[in-house]
Amino acid sequence: MPEFDFAQPTSLNDALDLFAADGEVRALVGGTDIVDQLKTGRRNADMVVDVKRIPELQRLELTDDGLHIGAARNLTDIAEFPPVVSDYRGLADSSLLIGSWQIQNRAGLGGNVCNAAPSGDTIPALLSHDTVAVVASKSGTREIALSDFFAGPGQTVLQKGEILVELVLPLMQENSASSYLRFIPRNEMDIAVVGAGSFVQLNPSNNTVLKARIALASVAPTPVRARAAEEVLEGNALTDDLIEMAAVAAVESATPITDVRGSAEYRRELVKVLTRRTLGICRDRING
Amino acid sequence: MTTETTKGKYNVIGTRPIRHDGYDKVTGRAIYGADIKLPALLQGAVLRSPHAHARIKSIDTSAAKALPGVSAVITSADFPGAHDTLIDLGEGAINFRYASNNVMAGDKVLYKGHPVAAVAALDKNTALEAAALIKVDYEVLKPVSTVMEALKPGAPIVLEDLEGQDLGEKIDGQTNQANHIRHEFGDVEKGFAEADIVIEHEFDTAMVHQGYIEPHNATATWDEEGRVTIWTSTQGSFPTRRQTAGILRLPDSSVKVIPLEIGGGFGGKIPSYLEPVAAILSRETGRPVKLLMERTSVFESTGPTPGTWMSAKVGVKNDGTITAATADLRFDAGAYPGSPVGAGMMCVFSCYDIPNTRIDGYDVVVNKPKTAAYRAPGATQAAYAMETVVDEICQKLGMDPLEFRIKNAAKEGTRRADGPIHPIIGAVETHEAAKASDHWNTPLEKNGSDGKLRGRGVASGYWFNIGLKSAVTISVNEDGTVALTEGSTDIGGSRASIAMMAAEVLGIPAEEVRPHVADSEGIGYTDVTGGSRTTYATGYAAHDAAQDVVVQLRERAAKLWDVEVDEIEFANGSYQSKSDPELRLSHKELASKLGSTGGPVIGSASVDPEGAGGAYSTQICDIEIDPETGKTDVIRYTIVQDVGTAIHPSYVEGQMQGAVAQCIGWALNEEYFLNDDGAMVNSSFLDYRMPTSLDLPEIETIIVEVPNPGHPFGVRGVGEVPIVPGVATVANAIHDALGIRLRTTPMNAGSILAALKAKK
Ligand SMILES: Cc1cc2nc3c(=O)[nH]c(=O)nc-3n(C[C@H](O)[C@H](O)[C@H](O)COP(=O)(O)OP(=O)(O)OC[C@H]3O[C@@H](n4cnc5c(N)ncnc54)[C@H](O)[C@@H]3O)c2cc1C
Repeated sequence: MPEFDFAQPTSLNDALDLFAADGEVRALVGGTDIVDQLKTGRRNADMVVDVKRIPELQRLELTDDGLHIGAARNLTDIAEFPPVVSDYRGLADSSLLIGSWQIQNRAGLGGNVCNAAPSGDTIPALLSHDTVAVVASKSGTREIALSDFFAGPGQTVLQKGEILVELVLPLMQENSASSYLRFIPRNEMDIAVVGAGSFVQLNPSNNTVLKARIALASVAPTPVRARAAEEVLEGNALTDDLIEMAAVAAVESATPITDVRGSAEYRRELVKVLTRRTLGICRDRING
Repeated sequence: MTTETTKGKYNVIGTRPIRHDGYDKVTGRAIYGADIKLPALLQGAVLRSPHAHARIKSIDTSAAKALPGVSAVITSADFPGAHDTLIDLGEGAINFRYASNNVMAGDKVLYKGHPVAAVAALDKNTALEAAALIKVDYEVLKPVSTVMEALKPGAPIVLEDLEGQDLGEKIDGQTNQANHIRHEFGDVEKGFAEADIVIEHEFDTAMVHQGYIEPHNATATWDEEGRVTIWTSTQGSFPTRRQTAGILRLPDSSVKVIPLEIGGGFGGKIPSYLEPVAAILSRETGRPVKLLMERTSVFESTGPTPGTWMSAKVGVKNDGTITAATADLRFDAGAYPGSPVGAGMMCVFSCYDIPNTRIDGYDVVVNKPKTAAYRAPGATQAAYAMETVVDEICQKLGMDPLEFRIKNAAKEGTRRADGPIHPIIGAVETHEAAKASDHWNTPLEKNGSDGKLRGRGVASGYWFNIGLKSAVTISVNEDGTVALTEGSTDIGGSRASIAMMAAEVLGIPAEEVRPHVADSEGIGYTDVTGGSRTTYATGYAAHDAAQDVVVQLRERAAKLWDVEVDEIEFANGSYQSKSDPELRLSHKELASKLGSTGGPVIGSASVDPEGAGGAYSTQICDIEIDPETGKTDVIRYTIVQDVGTAIHPSYVEGQMQGAVAQCIGWALNEEYFLNDDGAMVNSSFLDYRMPTSLDLPEIETIIVEVPNPGHPFGVRGVGEVPIVPGVATVANAIHDALGIRLRTTPMNAGSILAALKAKK
């Protein structure tokens, strides 16, 4: 591995000074992506900054305005956090799929998001929850809707000097639920051939969908929302037929490629199957 | 579960002592090639071709050489140019010239990952940086990746100097066909005419890798006297010595190979890749040089097992008697000749007694890494073709597939399609044990949860096993323990099994034998750990060496008691006088008196036994398929195998289970996935999808023991046959679940879903 400088700041300000320096400065949380990428030359760095010791990046808290998750908080903590266990279940589903126990203990949610893989498992779940990214640099803080966060495979819209501080998921409403499923040919330690995260909020009086969010992994250069499928759902009664129509519509949002992990045709088929299944799980979860 | 044939016959054999290398391995104390550190050690790096096929127009190493910290940069020009001679490595043969070319490309690169230059530097980063500074000017050529493409007229030519053969005749002009051989017996046309049902199909299988955990490594010194010392991970220090010496044009005796512990090989650590390169770098620098492969190079540049095109045709009468069979096996050898098609031909029909057979085999070069042995090389592919055709026949006949196999089974005296007559073999016993198994007698509920579909498959396989040369010495310590020195590097617990056979002869516990794998100057010539020969042949040598100890200990007892040697008998671990029952000493007691009766006792043996017995395995597999995604889960698996005698049943079971794990991966997911430029794109454990523990059920083992008369304890090889029927077993289960026959591997989720859609 080529040589680089290394720092472990304990305050956000110190960290932002480091990120403002010249050259390629890269954050490290669990290192489960970045270490391998540096070793194999897929990314490079003049300095690597371990951001795990910054208190703001370790936040895990439910407040009046939503669920705040610091970018460096590990996936195990998140998946075991009671509000996540009870309400943000799509996020728990996806966190518990990543790698293995060892990886989940080590890896940060911010690492999964900032690595910006089209296949990142937590991303569709976060998108389905209308998550907002809070980012900071020496010149201040700004909020970015996660749906605007990704610029391409491995690319985010973060500017030089900017880091992700936390992700904020809005408070869960009554009669809503989320779910995430992915398809892998093996049962663990694999990468999503397709992933689907769904969120549904129902009007309990007439079973119509008040709000629907569907997001997909591994079917485009970035994780994508399946907006056409969301439109099919919203305002209509959540029947099996409607779910099937939404599943078919979700395929419109997928622009998959054929590669070693699966053909484009196979991936489109999986989008349908996983969308249908996650919507069914959301319905079951709402109905308790 | 074990059949009873050898129970109670032995004291040590058949028990399960803790392996002698166990603590070192689980605590991390065991020394592997990557652990080697020597004074003044340099680190090396190898530059490899990004192209599958290209001519090297020039190599400019000046910038690399100028980098501070770089000690040497070498290319093929620094190699002596090996002789054009073919040598047998035990499991596969190589031509030295091609072997030399494979470790460092000459004027052409023949596969992505083919080495073109190497560097030695003060540290690894500098070596890697220097390798990146080497400028290679390539003229990119069109690659050819599959057998059938390579055989087409006008195909790109891989080796311009290849002299192709067809049925003993030299092929005119340039060709990728290294060889075409045929075994013919009886009259197949007549046989097929007598058949009521004839089934014939074609198959394609993808190239797959053994996937051992430990990457290749080598550290070498070349000293002032021209003597080379190599530390490495190898399946045989002597074959590594021969390859390295051949490539370096040194006498074998100038090369010493010190084998370290191995993290898996399965046949893939028979060929040498890094050893000669490290040696040349050491020659150039005068310092020891270490080379370590990373996973990408293990996939791209070492020896997987061939991808194939095959056809198989079988005719049967309505009563289930096979009348004739033909097979056409076309194997890709990789970049140089020498695929295991010959072994595939020896196995394809050998579960059966077939009166009329013809087998064609083609060895074809393509722009992929040179193939190497992989567990019963060639037999797994061949069984995929044969055993799925047999399954279809059983279905057409409405006959139980195990009954069919018992009815047509090869037995003692049956002529194998390629000529040899079977000695005592356990095909029928193996099938019978499968028939009696709990698995076979537990009906499978065809519908799983959530709409999943289930199926059960069965298939059988044969592997001939080999003997070859092994040496063992045993020296008796004064405390009665013995030090056993052998030359077989230990991949699967062989040290324990070999020690147990010596213990059995000497009448002492297994723990009192201290086995040790010596380097190539510490023991007599020993062939590879491969061909399922180690427990057989090295165990044979251990038996003979232990008997040599017994002979000498009888002499010592005679000397002690001042009686004739004939007076001394050895029974139940004790030496005693035939006439005077008072004169009796245990092995341990006698050992304590060696110092006063002539000094230490050393027994030794060097063997080359002929009687390796062939082995059979029959396997039963239940799978469950999600018809919406095509994903297959293996939910139950039973492997039945004739092992001759299970010396250490745990390591026999380990071989059986490990092989099943490998063939489940081979069947369902593993493949060399090449892009349009012929380059492998999935050279990582992420995308080369071997099964994880969560993808495997508990693999149930049934050991059948039909002792091999060609071994003092009845041992047959056990390491290879368990992989042979696996891919076919899974394919037959898929058919049972879905009514679909897949004849291309891998039978992955995407292809299953596509086949389901096509069926609708
Ligand atoms: C064996 C194995 C299995 C895996 N399985 C999965 C899987 O199933 N699903 C999946 O999605 N992924 C998987 N991964 C990938 C990886 O584990 C996840 O993406 C993980 O969430 C990354 O988190 P990390 O903390 O380790 O990230 P790191 O490697 O520390 O960082 C990842 C990237 O994010 C950047 N970054 C981190 N924090 C910040 C920040 N605050 N601001 C700006 N940039 C930042 C880093 O610079 C780097 O580029 C696997 C990895 C391994 C090794």
